[in-house]
Amino acid sequence: MTTTLLDTVGEKLKTKFGEGIISSEQQYDFPVFTVNINVIYDVLKFLKEDDEMGYTFLTTLCGLHYPNHAGKEIGVMYQLHNMQKNLRIRLKTFVSVNEPKVPTVTTLFPTANWMERQEYDFFGIQFTGHPNLKRILNVDDMVAFPMRKEFPLEDGTRDDKDDKMFGR
Amino acid sequence: MSKDKHITDIEEKEYTTLNLGPTHPATHGIFQNVLKMDGEIVIEGESTVGYIHRAFEKIAEHRPYYQITILTDRLNYCSSPINNMGWHLTVEKLLKIEIPKRVQYLRVIIMELARISDHIICNSVVGVDTGAMTGFLYIFQLRENIYDIFEELCGARLTTNIGRIGGLERDFTPRAWELIDIFIKKFEPALKEFENLLMRNRIFMDRVIDCGPITAEKALAYGFTGPNLRAAGVDYDVRVMNPYCSYEEFDFTIPVGTNGDTYDRFMVREQEMWESLKIVKQAIEKVKKEPAGVFHADVPEFYLPPKEEVYNNMEALIYHFKIVMGESDVPVGEVYQAVEGGNGELGFYLISDGGRTPYRMHIRRPCFIYYQAYTDMIKGGMLSDAILTMSSMNVIAGELDA
Repeated sequence: MTTTLLDTVGEKLKTKFGEGIISSEQQYDFPVFTVNINVIYDVLKFLKEDDEMGYTFLTTLCGLHYPNHAGKEIGVMYQLHNMQKNLRIRLKTFVSVNEPKVPTVTTLFPTANWMERQEYDFFGIQFTGHPNLKRILNVDDMVAFPMRKEFPLEDGTRDDKDDKMFGR
Repeated sequence: MSKDKHITDIEEKEYTTLNLGPTHPATHGIFQNVLKMDGEIVIEGESTVGYIHRAFEKIAEHRPYYQITILTDRLNYCSSPINNMGWHLTVEKLLKIEIPKRVQYLRVIIMELARISDHIICNSVVGVDTGAMTGFLYIFQLRENIYDIFEELCGARLTTNIGRIGGLERDFTPRAWELIDIFIKKFEPALKEFENLLMRNRIFMDRVIDCGPITAEKALAYGFTGPNLRAAGVDYDVRVMNPYCSYEEFDFTIPVGTNGDTYDRFMVREQEMWESLKIVKQAIEKVKKEPAGVFHADVPEFYLPPKEEVYNNMEALIYHFKIVMGESDVPVGEVYQAVEGGNGELGFYLISDGGRTPYRMHIRRPCFIYYQAYTDMIKGGMLSDAILTMSSMNVIAGELDA
């Protein structure tokens, strides 16, 4: 293969969204596009509804946290699948931890409902426009967002466990 | 009674709130659904999940790669080996390890046996929920036989922790081959008998046809995968779309339904068991043609050396230490690997920053994704249909709550 999926989809997105597409790279068998938060909804809509694209199936969606990336600590990864042609792509978008607002994609993919609730639950990502954004796996009165890196796996007050050797 | 009185009666109609679960015996697991009932009809419902949440994704960020396998056991515990293999495949993809053909076929045997045991549970329980206990009692013995095979292969029955990154922990023993043979011989007549009891049984058919149906469009919109999606008529199967473990070399068909109702889900699973059996038989033949005794790839940095070598050989000892302490070099990158689990596309998304543990591990759990359609599917049906819909969707609490 001379032209990869990365090139074809990348070119399409670049011509349509220009600066909105921050970077693109090939990660193993997946083309990965990093998209500006302002256009992420439009990009997903385009990928779903454009006749040539046809990425109609949202495989999964997950939150990311990079505490050292100033200004774009919190991320969301979307993985789309074009089932007819069997093509898969991955999109990422990043926002600041101080205002982790990401537009919801529940209007495009109803399946995103619980996925987004899960990522809100664990990362505190505010999916604007989500019909029922509340905690899903954790208890309702929890205040922390446990999948963020600063949240300890175990109770921080314990001193009977030493993780120097075996912890991360 | 005046006419006006009658109208206000309708306006003031009272609905009953019914708590189905969390520990209802008919839901086979910890599921809570708060249902608004009009008599026996479900008006609407709300699912509460998370009762057995165990924070696997967080724990995985603190454990070296080989220690995460046991977490995957506890996802869909009806078919743990598939989850284990899914995880091994993910890490092997990250490390770019080439797995010998024989190991791939052995893995296929393990995974297909696990799929059969998963489907046995689901289908026989659909029978039980309709009131037909007999089929369940007949076929559950066969699941026991599969667990005997797993016990012979890895020592465990339910949470198997089977295989290692780079292969299997040990070769199939002669006894294991014997058990697989016995199973195949016993399974065919037993499954036939089970089908005779239910498949064309008028009472069963009347009960399950048009119970909890879903259209293909809706199923895709809700992210259905696996037998539930195929029952709605979409022939999506990861084994065919994105083959792993040399599935492309096997000859099998993907059964599809039309209505996506309980009967179709039952039939798709039923047919898949036959297909899985076919794959197991083919895999056994293929294994015979491969060089004997190969059960892992040659990757000393990631595959634990045999114990006697660790005690007598310097190099093996170093590798053993490096693996156990998680000091082996892992490339930086991110991978996604999906396998066709018992319930659908089970995907592992893994980000590695080169450290001894994953930077981030996300599991695409098919149950969690399709269970959100449940309240939509039971709307307007009877309460007893809601129970059947849930059991035929094969929602496994362990996978749902991670």
